Amino acid sequence: MNRTIAAIATPPGEGGIAVVRISGRQAHEIASKVFQPVSKSRTLQQAKGYTALFGHFVWQGKVCDELVALSFRAPHSYTGEDIVELSCHGGVAAPMLLLQACIESGASPAGAGEFTRRAFENGRISLTQAEAVMDLIGATGRQSAAVAVSALEGALAKRITALRTQLTALAGHLAAWVDFPEEDVPELEQQTLESTLNGCISQLQQMIQGYGAGAVLRRGVDTAIVGSPNVGKSTLLNLLSGFERAIVTPIAGTTRDVVEQQVQVGQVRLNLFDTAGLRETDDIVEAEGIRRSYAQMERAGLILAVYDANRELCEQDIILAQKCENRPALAILNKSDLEKQFDKEKIAPYFREVIEISAKDDSFLPHITNTIETLLGVSAIDPDAGMLASQRQLEAAIRAVEALQDAANARQQGFDLDAVGVCVDDALHALYELTGEEASEAIVDEVFSKFCVGK
Amino acid sequence: MDYLGSYDVIIIGAGHAGIEAAHAAAKLGVKTALFTLTLDGVGNLPCNPSIGGTAKGHLVREIDALGGIMGIAADATFLQSRMLNLGKGPAVHSLRVQTDRKRYHEYMKRFLEECENLELKQAEITDITIENGQVTGVCTNLGAFYKAKAVVVATGTYLGGRIFVGDAGFASGPDGQHAANKLTESLKQAGIPLRRFKTGTPARVHRRSVDFSKLEVQHGDTEIVPFSFLTKGELKNKVDCYIAFTNPETHKVIQDNLHRSPLYGGQIEGIGPRYCPSIEDKVVRFAEKDCHQIFVEPCGLDTEEMYLQGMSSSLPEFVQNEMYRTIDGFENLEIMRPAYAIEYDCCDPTCLKPTLETKAVQGLYGAGQFNGTSGYEEAAAQGLLAGVNAARQVQGKEPVMLPRHTSYLGTLVDDLVTKGAMDPYRMMTSRSEYRLTLRQDNADERLTPIGREWGLVDDVRWESFSATHAAGIKERKRLETTTIRASELEPVFKNAGLEPPNVGGTAAALLKRPEVTYPLIAEVISWGENLDKRTAQRIETEIKYEGYILRQQRQIQEVKRQEETHIPADFDYAPLKGLRLEAREKLAKIRPLSIAQAARVPGVSPADLAVLAVAVASLGNKPQTKENEETE
Repeated sequence: MNRTIAAIATPPGEGGIAVVRISGRQAHEIASKVFQPVSKSRTLQQAKGYTALFGHFVWQGKVCDELVALSFRAPHSYTGEDIVELSCHGGVAAPMLLLQACIESGASPAGAGEFTRRAFENGRISLTQAEAVMDLIGATGRQSAAVAVSALEGALAKRITALRTQLTALAGHLAAWVDFPEEDVPELEQQTLESTLNGCISQLQQMIQGYGAGAVLRRGVDTAIVGSPNVGKSTLLNLLSGFERAIVTPIAGTTRDVVEQQVQVGQVRLNLFDTAGLRETDDIVEAEGIRRSYAQMERAGLILAVYDANRELCEQDIILAQKCENRPALAILNKSDLEKQFDKEKIAPYFREVIEISAKDDSFLPHITNTIETLLGVSAIDPDAGMLASQRQLEAAIRAVEALQDAANARQQGFDLDAVGVCVDDALHALYELTGEEASEAIVDEVFSKFCVGK
Repeated sequence: MDYLGSYDVIIIGAGHAGIEAAHAAAKLGVKTALFTLTLDGVGNLPCNPSIGGTAKGHLVREIDALGGIMGIAADATFLQSRMLNLGKGPAVHSLRVQTDRKRYHEYMKRFLEECENLELKQAEITDITIENGQVTGVCTNLGAFYKAKAVVVATGTYLGGRIFVGDAGFASGPDGQHAANKLTESLKQAGIPLRRFKTGTPARVHRRSVDFSKLEVQHGDTEIVPFSFLTKGELKNKVDCYIAFTNPETHKVIQDNLHRSPLYGGQIEGIGPRYCPSIEDKVVRFAEKDCHQIFVEPCGLDTEEMYLQGMSSSLPEFVQNEMYRTIDGFENLEIMRPAYAIEYDCCDPTCLKPTLETKAVQGLYGAGQFNGTSGYEEAAAQGLLAGVNAARQVQGKEPVMLPRHTSYLGTLVDDLVTKGAMDPYRMMTSRSEYRLTLRQDNADERLTPIGREWGLVDDVRWESFSATHAAGIKERKRLETTTIRASELEPVFKNAGLEPPNVGGTAAALLKRPEVTYPLIAEVISWGENLDKRTAQRIETEIKYEGYILRQQRQIQEVKRQEETHIPADFDYAPLKGLRLEAREKLAKIRPLSIAQAARVPGVSPADLAVLAVAVASLGNKPQTKENEETE
């Protein structure tokens, strides 16, 4: 009666190929829901052990990636159970989406060390091997707990706490009404019930879509590269992306549109927008480009403001610097290899950090990377731990939504409130798992704090 | 000390826990003695004269299904019966009866007197003797010593009992009986962690002083369902209950005299139950409410005493008079027994194993209020389990446990020993995550086979159960295979004032509709053979709630695997470096018996659990203890 579990089995981040491993009795069945073999005559369900199939990752009717599916049959696998390993393209986004699809198809996210534990329990690995792995997991488990706690102090936590408060009130009301039938606990109004349930469902669904499996890691940080014309913005873009993408010419005003590019800088992916140079202009097309540049800056999660160190500071430079005040902005003094004309003290107060580079020289890349990571605060994050926390959160949110939908359906299908209560409890239980608290205690507390009940 | 005899199992206290413990142990065939401070207090109902209620009714059914006696006694002595929560869903239907307090006591005393292998004795136990960590016997206040292989402590509110009424505070048990003051010291020396809890009870008043014309009357059910699966025949209500209400004037009297309440004056240190707040608590904590309900319940057929449920208090007697008399209908109230608060010694239940044996002393068990619970039903349920395990230990058999997915009893015990109790623990339906499966209507299906295995279920009960069980299975099959045409349904539905369905289907499929009941279907396909009403109702519920029940069963299967992964009692957590310190300390204190229980210990994370699971699984390959080194 083992659950079928899934997880990304390769290290996170860069790498040509990533592997999502699914283990358990339903491994092949679940994998079949996300994997479509190219050869129409073969199916993954019937695949024997030690065989491979080529096909596609098809999700919600769309082909998302190419996949190779490796089939292992119990007991001849790492865990000793049926296993399917899906190899997809590497990086962060592709394997995360694939894992999410597997979870939504019925797999549970593997708990810390669960593959190893199963391997051990099924006699596939020795005690020494298992202990070594478990020591590692014990260590990362502590880190992920720390990440979970910090995440729970953020905006997401506030939403989850708000949901929990609403649902605890609901469950507490139901419990008081049921457990103290002779007290004057009013029956829960149908409208209150429906609006609470539907409100929580839609909030959670938003979170699943938005937060998903670590949306920040998957979608990256929207980054605006801004600066006066011809200070070297496109050269910087090319340096970061590693090849020539934007048109680089010495004529000011060459970049007329917002060029989008995704680059991996250390642990984070930047969605780069190389923008038109910022200056006073009569050219309508260029003016539109500049307007877009400023709009881009407003939305950006990271601003890279590029200055020409070889030029005198001008009024335009100060205006740009002022726009960067209190934003996640980094001032990059380009062309620092040339003679310095620029007074950096005038702009420095508006920025979190100022660095001097030459965009033509790729030896500055590590310096840029470190500075960006520090500024975004990602250098302190263990991406492994972060992902673990978000996987759990995703799974918990999915379970909570399912339970709440069951609760809503129960009422519509004419079930009594006892069925509703059990479903709401399940949803709460899922949400409380995030903090390791006890849902049922919270409900009992609610009963006695809100209702005057008892003999 | 004079040696006066030897027993296998000795039970201290003949309240609801002690009674079930003594009966269970004797039934399993060991020589048992039940000690009580006074034989006139056996099976006393010192608080409300009622048995059952939400979740508590489930416990009574479970006790009965396992072969205990509370359900039979409640059926034999009830005054009024009501099934609570009808219309709120079958999972939470709960039976409650008003009980004739004196007759309940007499019934229980008689029942125990007639029990084979059981001796009923009046004495105060002052000491539990222990040698090498193993119970050896008990001493009484008269200087007698009795040998025992196992002892069950079921001391209720008598242990270190202290009563408070206003400024008056004195050592006492409930209902004017004396307290057991010496045993506390003996338990402390045995290494049992003790604490103070408190509870309270309202006044008993004379019937003639109540103006019933000003109160609402509350009748019993017209169709009475018994507690016991064995009780047959028609049952009749004998009394009515009444409802009165407090008013702002009542609350003013209380507010004006709060400083005279020992609860608010600081004399009481014990922690009171949240679900049983005194009227002072209610008025202070819910100041916005301008009225609270009071149920006026008769205490018996041969007495004029009435119980005022909802008005427990520790205010001085003269304030009680003033307070009660502000209530409509109570203007001339004559108090016979004033309300009081009582404080007592009990243990921190995390010192117990899920068998209810203490971890510190082999053969020493706890049950009932001593374990930090409150309520007759909670006590009786624990008593039964403690009695069975005490007897089994004497017989050299493996202890038995009830996982939480099997029963409310299992849930209660698991909560106590895994999480402890911060205030007196009351069973509630919301405490069971499996409550759609753990209904009062299927307690026999869930537990009678287990009770049979333990040896508590006799042939009479077993045959009765087997017949009901077989009839149920047969009927379920018939409903799933009998197809009914729409034309057959039409007249019956129209007759019942329901919209007839357009299409027919199997009887089971039709029963899934909320408006379709078993009796309605039976009108078309006739009532099932040998099928009683209760079983018909159960089958209807199981068909209607099938989706939810299956879902809970999947959760149960999942947890069962972990429940079956045992952790040895002497498991050493210290060498497990992968565990966080907090988890290591908590686990070492609770000493869970399975991975599932470990998962429920507060403060244990999934990563901790994974580390623990591997370590436990590795025990099969290599002994964890340092015995290897020692045997060189």
